[in-house]
Amino acid sequence: MLLHTVNKSFERNSLDACLRLAKAGSTVLLIEDGVYAAVQGTCLEGKLKQAMDTGINLCVLAPDLLARGFATDKVIAGINAVDYAGFVQLAADHSSVQSWL
Amino acid sequence: MSEEMMDDEEGVIKKFMYVNRKAPYGSIYALESLEVVLIGAAFDQDVSLAFIDDGVYQLMKGQRTSGIGMKDFSPTYRALEMYDVEKLYVDQDSLAARNLTADDLIVPVEVLSSAEMADLMEDQDVVLSF
Repeated sequence: MLLHTVNKSFERNSLDACLRLAKAGSTVLLIEDGVYAAVQGTCLEGKLKQAMDTGINLCVLAPDLLARGFATDKVIAGINAVDYAGFVQLAADHSSVQSWL
Repeated sequence: MSEEMMDDEEGVIKKFMYVNRKAPYGSIYALESLEVVLIGAAFDQDVSLAFIDDGVYQLMKGQRTSGIGMKDFSPTYRALEMYDVEKLYVDQDSLAARNLTADDLIVPVEVLSSAEMADLMEDQDVVLSF
């Protein structure tokens, strides 16, 4: 399965494009400005929960979250916070990586 | 355009607004805006900063950037008042969409409705967009 990375805020359409084409069983990792979508209570929460319900594995890069003022306990339940080593592991565990720039 | 206030010694004072719409760190816009504001502060103009859309993220409390190897420039927003930059306006709808309130922000700000923000922008002599 693919590892998808999203590095743009939800103001851009990268996340929508990613979620439209990510298959069940693939992983979407939110990095850089993409991490804002993982925060509880935003206008995005419903969309991300729906993605998880369809079998997409959602992850967020913790150092990018902390840099932007959000602790990992602010993340929507079910989204897995990973560090850089976790990012590498995800890349290794998937067949290829699609970066939704 | 607003009426221009005349200052006897230093000429015309204009209303400058810096409109910030980008999140910090993911691009250079937020930091560059801050640099321009600080440079502009030397010219004794009537300066306002507006934070709209992702721009509100610039003011988040508790930014810890050690993990991404970048400088945390958020304390600089607290230093703006020393440069007589004291008019900071934040768009209420942008906060709400991000589940944020003024309490989440590193500096005191005035939270405005869309209509109030629109009026304020209309009232400026110069608008600089970041």
